[in-house]
Amino acid sequence: MTTSPLAELSAHAASLLARIDEVTTLAELTQQEPHIVGKRSILSALQKSLGGLAPEERKAAGAQLQEVRRRIDEAFAARRGVLEALARAQALEADRLDLGDVVVTQVRVPLAAGHPGIVAATQRQLEDVFVAMGFVVADGPEVESDWYNFEALNIPPAHPARGMWDTFYVDLGEPETVVLRTHTSPTQIHLMERAVLEGALPIHSVMPGRCYRRDTPDARHLAAFHQIEGLVVDRGIAFADLAGVIETFTHAYFGPDISSRLRPAYFPFTEPSAEFEITCTICRGQGCRTCSQTGWIELGGCGMLDPAVLEAVGVDGDEWSGFAFGFGIDRCAQMRHQIADMRALIDNDVRFLRQFS
Amino acid sequence: MKIPLSWLTEFVDLPESVAQLTGILDDLGLVVEGVENVGEGLEDVVVARIDAIRAIEGADRVRLVTVDAGHGPLEIVCGATNFAVGNHVPLAPVGAVLPGGFEIAARKMRGVTSNGMLCSARELGLSDDHEGLYLLDDVIAPEVGQPLLGALGVARDVVLDISVEGNRPDAWSVLGVARDLATRLGRPLRDPALAVPDATEDSSSFAAARIDDPDLCGRLTVSVLRHVVVGPSPAHLARRLTLAGMRPISNVVDASNLVMLELGQPTHPYDAAHVAGRALRARRARIGEVLTTLDGVVRVLAQPGRGLGDTGEDCVIVDGDDRVLGLAGIMGGAASEISATTTDVLLEAAFFDPMTIARSSKRHALRSEASNRFERGVDPELALTAVGRFVALLRESNPDVVWMAAPLDVAGVVAPAPTVTLRDGDLARALGVDLDPADVRAILEGLRFQVSGDGPWRVTAPSARLDVRTGAAGRADVIEEIARLYGYSRLPRRTPAWSAPGALSDRQRIRRRLRDAMVDLGVHESWTPTLGSDDDFDLLAPEQPRVRITNPLAAEESVMRSSLLVGLVRAWARNAERGLGDVMLGELGNVFLHPDVAAAPRRTRGGVRGAVSLALPQENERFSVVMGRVGDDARTAVATWAALAGRLGIHDVVVRSFDDVPRGLHPTRTAHLIERGTNRRVGFVGEVDPALVDALAAAAPRRRLGVLDLDLDVLVDLALDAEADQFVTVPSRYPAAIVDLAFVVAQEVHAVDLAEVLMAASEFVEDVTLFDVYRGEHVPAGARSLAYNVRFSSATTTMSEADVARARDALIDAARALGAELRS
Repeated sequence: MTTSPLAELSAHAASLLARIDEVTTLAELTQQEPHIVGKRSILSALQKSLGGLAPEERKAAGAQLQEVRRRIDEAFAARRGVLEALARAQALEADRLDLGDVVVTQVRVPLAAGHPGIVAATQRQLEDVFVAMGFVVADGPEVESDWYNFEALNIPPAHPARGMWDTFYVDLGEPETVVLRTHTSPTQIHLMERAVLEGALPIHSVMPGRCYRRDTPDARHLAAFHQIEGLVVDRGIAFADLAGVIETFTHAYFGPDISSRLRPAYFPFTEPSAEFEITCTICRGQGCRTCSQTGWIELGGCGMLDPAVLEAVGVDGDEWSGFAFGFGIDRCAQMRHQIADMRALIDNDVRFLRQFS
Repeated sequence: MKIPLSWLTEFVDLPESVAQLTGILDDLGLVVEGVENVGEGLEDVVVARIDAIRAIEGADRVRLVTVDAGHGPLEIVCGATNFAVGNHVPLAPVGAVLPGGFEIAARKMRGVTSNGMLCSARELGLSDDHEGLYLLDDVIAPEVGQPLLGALGVARDVVLDISVEGNRPDAWSVLGVARDLATRLGRPLRDPALAVPDATEDSSSFAAARIDDPDLCGRLTVSVLRHVVVGPSPAHLARRLTLAGMRPISNVVDASNLVMLELGQPTHPYDAAHVAGRALRARRARIGEVLTTLDGVVRVLAQPGRGLGDTGEDCVIVDGDDRVLGLAGIMGGAASEISATTTDVLLEAAFFDPMTIARSSKRHALRSEASNRFERGVDPELALTAVGRFVALLRESNPDVVWMAAPLDVAGVVAPAPTVTLRDGDLARALGVDLDPADVRAILEGLRFQVSGDGPWRVTAPSARLDVRTGAAGRADVIEEIARLYGYSRLPRRTPAWSAPGALSDRQRIRRRLRDAMVDLGVHESWTPTLGSDDDFDLLAPEQPRVRITNPLAAEESVMRSSLLVGLVRAWARNAERGLGDVMLGELGNVFLHPDVAAAPRRTRGGVRGAVSLALPQENERFSVVMGRVGDDARTAVATWAALAGRLGIHDVVVRSFDDVPRGLHPTRTAHLIERGTNRRVGFVGEVDPALVDALAAAAPRRRLGVLDLDLDVLVDLALDAEADQFVTVPSRYPAAIVDLAFVVAQEVHAVDLAEVLMAASEFVEDVTLFDVYRGEHVPAGARSLAYNVRFSSATTTMSEADVARARDALIDAARALGAELRS
């Protein structure tokens, strides 16, 4: 019986493990790598020597060797992890800076203007117009329950009207109960609920904010976008008031030569409902490609609050009536600045950002 | 919905021009999304006969074709190969202008001249077929030289593409559009020609119909049609269907589609020979029943719904053996389909519960022209009218067809047509103007509403108007119809006035001041994604539960962000890779915390009728800046914070290093910002962890990135407190004495704490500013020298040297309380 090439395998293994433990720096570890786990290691040499064995013997010996190899590889990797963590800790320690000792007057920074985001800047302009018209500005959350985003707005579960919005659902609660808001309208519901609770009607508010729709981004759409929503609940409010507010806003924001018109439309939360269109800002109503030769471009939706919505939030429809409207902030920015591709808004390319002030 | 004007005008006289018509339709809320002029540009195209075909030397893709179009031989180069000598094809002669404005000219190629163009059906805008030339012998008996339009019997037409809103199922048909138009224009609405059942034995002698579940099926009519001969539709009906965007199949199927397009009632023909017992029955599907629909998909029925509000119910049509024939109102099965050998037809015209159809259609991800209509609501009274129209249309190609007497008509549950009261003044209150009652009545009656009563009107909706509700909501529905037909543009506008002033909230105002300050300091405002990948999340909070999107567009956008840092560093990296990294990027935005780990999860109502209490993620608004200019580091970040705080009037926030730096920030070069009095934490200042920079900006030049990461809630509170404290101090008018004091101080003592002690040590101290920090051989180990610039002044007098010396000594004494010794 010949001596197995693996007779001293466990001794070799012990020696390799000891060698690994002796290494104290990453550089040394890298240097030792071929000798411990690489081609020049004793294990590689043993592997080659297995060629001379009979097939069954070779199989058994191979498995034995493989097991040792695995242990050595593991120990090596573990050692590398330890040394890397050590090296990082040392580097961080060497880098330590007590920020309490920073002498602020000695810090010199380049003097250069920054730039506001175009969406934020547009939102501010819109808010200013509405504040001047007597509106209070309100905020609302981006994650909503389906009650606020849909059902209180007269869009019951499984109703086909829910298909009007491509909704991102959040993995919380029962399926389809938590959503990224698809419009700013849920903030209307919050405002009305609160006002009813506090006896604080009437409401004259606008609600800007970020919304989400499950839409593959292209030159005209982003999956995240910004809307501004308006809500008036007061005594004696009629469709004529809605049309008047839309017209006043249009003149104030777009200029005196741009006017508005309303066209029948369907939104579950308003009745009567309308799309509102404004004079095409490109051709000033003459007809061009942007407005498909009509002289008008669509800006948003609006309408009188549906009695079902008032009922959902507990507003007495015999005493109070109201209207709501909403449109895209990004779309206003796109129109005003002629942004050819909306994706530029989320690219954060400095060459784009620095054009706005 | 595509409607050829030749069809629409059968029901109502149209305005003189198409532009007028589209204007009126838009104003009615039937928005015209496209106008297609069919046959335009085909006036010059004629029928030509192929007389010879020969190869052109040196050309293997085109051949020279000799044709005759009535004026002798004409040579034309042609690339198509699907024709032979003797065939008839369309020829656009030289000078013709094809649809799309393409003008045909004589062209010379390979030494031969092409005197015109032989056309495919697609080139002529007649169909989508572009597999070679349009072979006229297949469709007509063509004559050489004949104008093509005449030969095909095709009149010029205009097809409108009209978008019908989801609440107007009644308008989703040619007749529905015509009804709106007739009412607006004050013109009569013509009824379609209908067949009536023949004087035969009653249908019940041949077939049966039953409703098992009347809540799902509101009405089931089954008509028996005998002596049916299945064949192609007459050309004008096939053409009408094509123009409306549907493919002609056979006279029976085409009649069903035509009736649906024209009146809005889907019908379903079954081959009576393949319906066991010639019986149709509507019932709830049983859990686990299986149906193979016409699209070849095997569908398991009545599976508990996964979507919110889904009951899992399906309504099916079964035969006499209780075998499922089809998913009611959505799609039939293959077994009972009409075939070329069908002779007896059972024609189903029904009303199904709209929500049942909507839920089934969504659950099975199966939409059809029928389901789209049923889920919005088909007129429950329409069924047998539609069958009368079906038979009239079928008779054009199948004159002997017999419609058996007394069609089966089973009633289920249909909500009664709502009646709403319209009081005097309701319109004025809703619209802001009183309309002439005669105009209002004309509008309502034009739309087939019934108006009765003097004083308050009782208005009953026609059966087609399933969108009209009861009570106050129903009144709003009726008022919308009046306003719509009257014309929104004719209604007055007025500007409401109220006494409450417009305003921003405090938070919004501070947010604006913060934005302005950030811009002043040189920050470029960015907008980075709310949704990121699991890997992004793991970089900052691997062990935290995450707020996950159930149906993301991509895995990279499936987790809601917990920090603005990843987005900002990545945005910086992209700029830096282009050589544009000398920039500070900042963002104001929300981050989201899973309710399981949120300190203040939002609880709100949700689920069906809002009956369930839900925990929503906590939304925290943060303001973060990443500084990547050359030389930017933690020091720049501290100086930037100091400037920002100064801008907002915030004074009492100190920079404190702790060991608990969140992941993603540099562990030894990041400090907390803490309000001294209250220990409120404003956020972090320092540098981005180099490991995070490696992970996100590997391709960018290696650089330290300064960082500010602030909690807007706290920042707003601090800024508001600062605003509330409005008093200012008038500085002393007497000269100030300026003294430098350097102390040896233990490492543990904060420079800002010592400055505070110095400030408090004498009433004459006006200001204390740190100007130098020294560590090294001249100072003991574990300590450093802190040098302050101290301004002394008195409000009442010029300080003498002795005064200053006393004050200085007081400061030195006070410093000892912190173990600080004056450095000699």
